Amino acid sequence: MGREAHALRINVDDDRILLRPITHTGPRFYLTVGVLLAITGLGTYAYLQQLRHGLGVTGLNRPVFWGVYITNFVFFIGISHAGTLISAILRIVNAEWRRTITRSAEVITVMVLLFGVGNILMDLGRPDRMLYVIQHGRLQSPLLWDVCSITMYLAASIVYLYLPLIPDIAILRDHAGRRRWFYRILALGWTGTARQLRILERLINIMAIVVIPVAVSVHTVVSFVFAMTIQPMWHSAIFGPYFVVGAIFSGIAALIIAMAVIRWVYRLENYLRDVHFNNLGLLLLVMSLLWFYFTFSEFLTTFYGGEPAHMEIFWMKINGPFAPHFWTMFATCFLIPFVILCNCRTRTLIGTVIASIAVNIGMYLERFVIVVPSLSQPRLPIDEVVYRPTWVEWSILAGCFSTFTLFYVLFTKFFPIVSIWEVQEGRAKSIAEVTERIRTYMPLLQDEAPAEPSAEGEQIWPSGAAREAQAALSRSQP
Amino acid sequence: MAKWGMVIDLDRCTSCQACVTACQMENNIPPPDAQTAREGRAIAWMELIPFGEGQGPEAPVYFLPRPCLHCDQPPCVKVCPVGATFKNREGIVAQIFSRCIGCRYCTTACPYTVRHFNWRPPHWPEPMGKQLNPDVSVRPKGVVEKCTFCHHRLQKARDRARADKREMRAGEYVPACVEACPAVAMTFGDLSDADSEVSALARSRRAFRLLEDLGTEPKVIYLREGD
Repeated sequence: MGREAHALRINVDDDRILLRPITHTGPRFYLTVGVLLAITGLGTYAYLQQLRHGLGVTGLNRPVFWGVYITNFVFFIGISHAGTLISAILRIVNAEWRRTITRSAEVITVMVLLFGVGNILMDLGRPDRMLYVIQHGRLQSPLLWDVCSITMYLAASIVYLYLPLIPDIAILRDHAGRRRWFYRILALGWTGTARQLRILERLINIMAIVVIPVAVSVHTVVSFVFAMTIQPMWHSAIFGPYFVVGAIFSGIAALIIAMAVIRWVYRLENYLRDVHFNNLGLLLLVMSLLWFYFTFSEFLTTFYGGEPAHMEIFWMKINGPFAPHFWTMFATCFLIPFVILCNCRTRTLIGTVIASIAVNIGMYLERFVIVVPSLSQPRLPIDEVVYRPTWVEWSILAGCFSTFTLFYVLFTKFFPIVSIWEVQEGRAKSIAEVTERIRTYMPLLQDEAPAEPSAEGEQIWPSGAAREAQAALSRSQP
Repeated sequence: MAKWGMVIDLDRCTSCQACVTACQMENNIPPPDAQTAREGRAIAWMELIPFGEGQGPEAPVYFLPRPCLHCDQPPCVKVCPVGATFKNREGIVAQIFSRCIGCRYCTTACPYTVRHFNWRPPHWPEPMGKQLNPDVSVRPKGVVEKCTFCHHRLQKARDRARADKREMRAGEYVPACVEACPAVAMTFGDLSDADSEVSALARSRRAFRLLEDLGTEPKVIYLREGD
């Protein structure tokens, strides 16, 4: 313990339940890990087959040179926007309800990025030569932009996940009892002094601002891989923002699903409360509308322009071989979430989870419908090819999902998935801070003396509306 | 500096596919086995593609012998992350098989779909594997390949000229497809030389290029049917 005064007093007993996943492990955990490992094993076997026999074991062919792996890549990179971006934005705007959810979001980012990158590597015909991208890299190629941007994002996300983890690691070092050496190294000598806290908060604030442009750049350059070519319905200026919107959209959905599972498995109803699902559900609704707006703009522009090469692809999506994918996507990305989320009676835990599952299915299909049709109808007629992914591709996709889940589960067994110190800091400080902040918004009455914020936050303002606002804010505190 | 190009006269072409076969033999392209054929993954650097003009039953359909068009503004070269494909000083869009990482970005960027990927390791039925052309490297699985205008023939012709201490003569460097064409429908030469046969033909009123409006400036020029 440091000699300086402790700025952050942690009372572990208040939030003992958050340490439970780390200190207690039941049979359910081993069962889950066993099932996940089996699926991961299947994916690994599939990839070894591909490594041995070449990409011929996939359903890919000329002209559909890109398929499931590239779809996975775009999808996983999209999901990664759940964490870092959402968490950074909520931190910057001082949304107090963020405190219990940021950690679970940031973990998604780091874990899922590995699978985005992994799918690109699995798509390579010669993975043994992957370092040529650094050795002989050409910055004129959009793929190099991806390499730079994603590397930066991964690095920034790991730092951004790690920084707010430090005080919690120190709690584990002092209280978990197990793996003490491990936590001691990672805690970097954290004792919670005022100076340490000041430095930590400053660093977190800097990182929160840094990761936002990096995150936006990531999905922008992912879209540039397609948009920079002259292939019909890829060559579109809207692709950058369209992909970013889709990424945040699927990211929020993934976060909602992850939070619901965590809440159910670790019985954290008290931490991940209905208001969190309500608020994230509202965000999801906004993104769903934005997604619709972009999709509508994209398709109307193509249709009205009516260029033959583009129209071939357009009709393939609207009522051709990709119509089932397209219309399912439209239903799951827009109709279902819109209907559920625009009504506050259905915007419940169950409602948001259903909407989120729909959105994730829809966004996977969206990526597929972007990647594959544009390649299926090349400008010069060659043999017609229908792309049917093989068991290898589906197994690798399943393996990616299971390994991601496995990593996520393991994370929750080593680190608290809800930030303990941020929750306690919130309890100790943020009600007063929020009260103070709201006071600065309000025009003061002439005769009003600057009152001390009382514990309940009552009787500060004479106006009933202000009291209501205050009450609403207090309700949203965990 | 020469700028190599090709003119294909569709009025003379009989669609006999001699060029296709000559290319396969010259460039060590394995004939497809039953599985490859079934999967539609046969590789052909030179192939005949049907190309219709206009719509309706009366619209003419041509069979275009289509090698790589060696665009002067090649969309494939732009996107390659490792420089495995590049346009050399003489305008040939080359491919370094030992550099290619197999990301297939070039194959998706090419609007003419001329590029092929090695989905499986190459395989020759006996005894064809014993008569490979020593001037052309055999491609392993996992890399992209395409027509090189028989670039190795240029190197050989140039070496011969250098050994004889003279300039390379017109017609000394000709790709295998052009050499094999029994109908003399294909002409190859230096497009930067205004007096060359290929330049004269390229100026013909019958001349057109594939998907000209994309701005790729192909150096393979077709001559429309009918004088």
